[in-house]
Amino acid sequence: MTTLTSVPPAHKAPKAEGGLLDLVLRARELSILGALIVLVAVTAIVNPRFLSAQGIEDIFLNASILVLLAVGQTLVVITRNIDLSVGSVVGLVAFVTGKYVSGDDRSVVMAILIGLAIGALCGLVNGLLVSFCGVPALVVTLGTLYVIQGIGYYIAQGDQINAADVPQSLLDLGSGGVLGVPYLPLIAVLVMAAVGYYLRAYPSGREFYAIGSSPEAARLAGVPIRRRVLTAYVVSGLLAGLAGVLWLARFGTVVADAAGGWELKVVSAVVVGGVAIVGGVGTVYGAALGALLLTTIGSVLVVLKVNSFWQDALTGLLLLLAISVDRLLALRMNRVLRKRSAHHGS
Amino acid sequence: MSEPTPVLALVDVSKSFGAVRALRGVRLELYAGEVHALAGENGAGKSTLVKTFAGVHRPDGGRILLGGEPVVFNSPADAQAAGVAVIYQEPTLFPDLSVAENIFMGRQPRGAFGRIDRTAMHAEAAGLFERLGVPMDPRRPARGLSIADQQVVEIAKAISRDAKVLIMDEPTAALTGQETARLFSVVKALREQGCALLFISHRLEEIFELCQRVTTLRDGQWIASETLEGLTPDDLVTRMVGRELDELYPKQDVEPGEVALKVSRLTREAAFTDVSFEVRRGEIVALAGLVGAGRSEVARAIFGVDRWDAGSVEVDGRPLKAASPTDAMAAGLALVPEDRRQQGLVMEMSIERNMGLTRLRALSRGPLISRAAERANAADWAVRLQLKYAKAGDAVGVLSGGNQQKVVLAKWLATEPSVLIVDEPTRGIDVGTKAEVHRLLSELAAGGLAVLMISSDLPEVIGMADRVLVMHEGRITAEIPREQATEESVMSAATGRYGKEAA
Repeated sequence: MTTLTSVPPAHKAPKAEGGLLDLVLRARELSILGALIVLVAVTAIVNPRFLSAQGIEDIFLNASILVLLAVGQTLVVITRNIDLSVGSVVGLVAFVTGKYVSGDDRSVVMAILIGLAIGALCGLVNGLLVSFCGVPALVVTLGTLYVIQGIGYYIAQGDQINAADVPQSLLDLGSGGVLGVPYLPLIAVLVMAAVGYYLRAYPSGREFYAIGSSPEAARLAGVPIRRRVLTAYVVSGLLAGLAGVLWLARFGTVVADAAGGWELKVVSAVVVGGVAIVGGVGTVYGAALGALLLTTIGSVLVVLKVNSFWQDALTGLLLLLAISVDRLLALRMNRVLRKRSAHHGS
Repeated sequence: MSEPTPVLALVDVSKSFGAVRALRGVRLELYAGEVHALAGENGAGKSTLVKTFAGVHRPDGGRILLGGEPVVFNSPADAQAAGVAVIYQEPTLFPDLSVAENIFMGRQPRGAFGRIDRTAMHAEAAGLFERLGVPMDPRRPARGLSIADQQVVEIAKAISRDAKVLIMDEPTAALTGQETARLFSVVKALREQGCALLFISHRLEEIFELCQRVTTLRDGQWIASETLEGLTPDDLVTRMVGRELDELYPKQDVEPGEVALKVSRLTREAAFTDVSFEVRRGEIVALAGLVGAGRSEVARAIFGVDRWDAGSVEVDGRPLKAASPTDAMAAGLALVPEDRRQQGLVMEMSIERNMGLTRLRALSRGPLISRAAERANAADWAVRLQLKYAKAGDAVGVLSGGNQQKVVLAKWLATEPSVLIVDEPTRGIDVGTKAEVHRLLSELAAGGLAVLMISSDLPEVIGMADRVLVMHEGRITAEIPREQATEESVMSAATGRYGKEAA
């Protein structure tokens, strides 16, 4: 051996650190849950009515649409992309389906199908532009945000949908429930569970993470990158379409830019929920919890009679806190992992 | 006598990129149960050849034979499906995913309903690592793995695909001695299991240790394929450079002048302790030691990148401020860092701009940088260092490793330093350019520069240094004059076994 390189004798590799790592990885979900519990507990002490059945139901109802959008957004963000057009899609779908059902007694199923179709189409356009034309996602979806919003304005012509025109069967979807559980949270939870299970348990689901973690490695591993990214956008569009119909069902009264600005709310929820904005990390469960947390903060401020203008500032603060914690955790984990490598006597 | 059929072979393969003919009529045959070395200087076409095997490049002419049958690799996936696995110097893994997932991405073991069977996946991965004799937890994320471990993951991936051919492109360049030894034992085990392996390394001794046959390329042309038995390293070098190599260590004898760099009792917590030495004008002093002994840390502290906790540094009798690279530069210090790509150069910037970076003031006319002055500066240094390049406006990234190193040297020499600190000056540089870098260092010293050279390459340390300082666990354990420096004496000091009698 003529190179001056060798390393002191390796230490014994310590066992049972897998559990610790898992815990670190899950820390995000747990810490949000913790924050949520503290928030609710404190508010309940100040104002016991906050925890009334009605109060809780309201929070879940309000969070459902954001959760749906967050699930779709997670899929996109995990692949190291972003979908800013969802707010516009929700507005467009809510208005168009509203227009469709107005006056006549149309079937709820048909309304949902129309909403899904419009959403899927928007997602398809986004996905094709991002994956096949190679245009950066931020630019593409910023563009479609305005285009879709414009289409919405054109169709609406300044009009609005009134709750009185929306058939009761559709409004029931927004406020009714089965066995005391309202439909909206039920749908949100089902969608979240399905997507979450798919992402974790199926090889193609893991490929979304692979793409976001290292596009180059994904290419070398033969991952069908374009198809997966396209899928992510179509799903995000579909869920935005569904959210649009539910928006109409919940609020009844809808203007064309009903959900303007929601795209940023969704991205915030996703990031607060621990989905790395650079892709490869995060779960839909975390994103859903993030959405729930943001919604709860909104309600809490109302209950505590804090000026609602503070809500945006608080959301921003939470976002900054979340990324700071991410950074700290990442540094910490790197250290742990490097130490483990050293212990393995590499 | 019937010849066995090669597992994978190139027949008269040619490949051009524009006007550059990267490969011309190259042939190469890989047999099962054999480690084949690919030798050649940087730019000889080794990487192009590897990428042809890997399905990244399609040859313009010639054929690829798989088990004697012609095949066409249209994509990396085709090559993988055919059982060809390539392990690059720096593997590309998914940092956020577990080691097991990295190995099985897209081919995970399935359970009911097509779900991933994680238990089976982890067990299979663990089995692979056991076969390789490397302890690794399949559930840990790939982030934070050392390069050596990342390569092991890639090898495990290759084995799990039942790869018949394993191609390793400079796998040892970033490994420590121990890691290299582990890699070699893995390679030998694979060879015994009937794998065909292609091994690329700049370190000739590794080729002789590991391989049975060698194919040499020069300027994209096939020179020879032969068994290594009976071949000497000098023979191989001659084939690679096509001429008798000038002496690899052309050290001139210089009478040392005044002390240029004086380091006294320098200490930095947890890095090094009580380090004292002097470097005189005209001297090349080597700082040797194992990786992690604190050599680079000393250099960084002297140059002011890191703060020192105690002690002092003087350049030409003038004490330096701690933690101030600006002050160090003003005093006449220059540091050529270990990692060219990260710390030495701005890879996307042009050659001339990189060279001008250290003296933007001097190249300015008023508040603006003068392009003409920048160009003149670059042209001047390019001639002095015999830089091989197409246009001074080209990005530094397109140059070969050796020429990149020359650009870094030019950048620092342009500041007219009195002390030059070079950290691993020839790592990853081919033999031909290595000799040139050595000649350059020797000339600079002869011209009155004080050179402090950090190197892990023992022959380089012994061949180039007037004095060898050896560090062990953060302390200088020996100072060995040129006459007494041998691989044994330096190594024993570096491992802490150095007794007083050896000095």
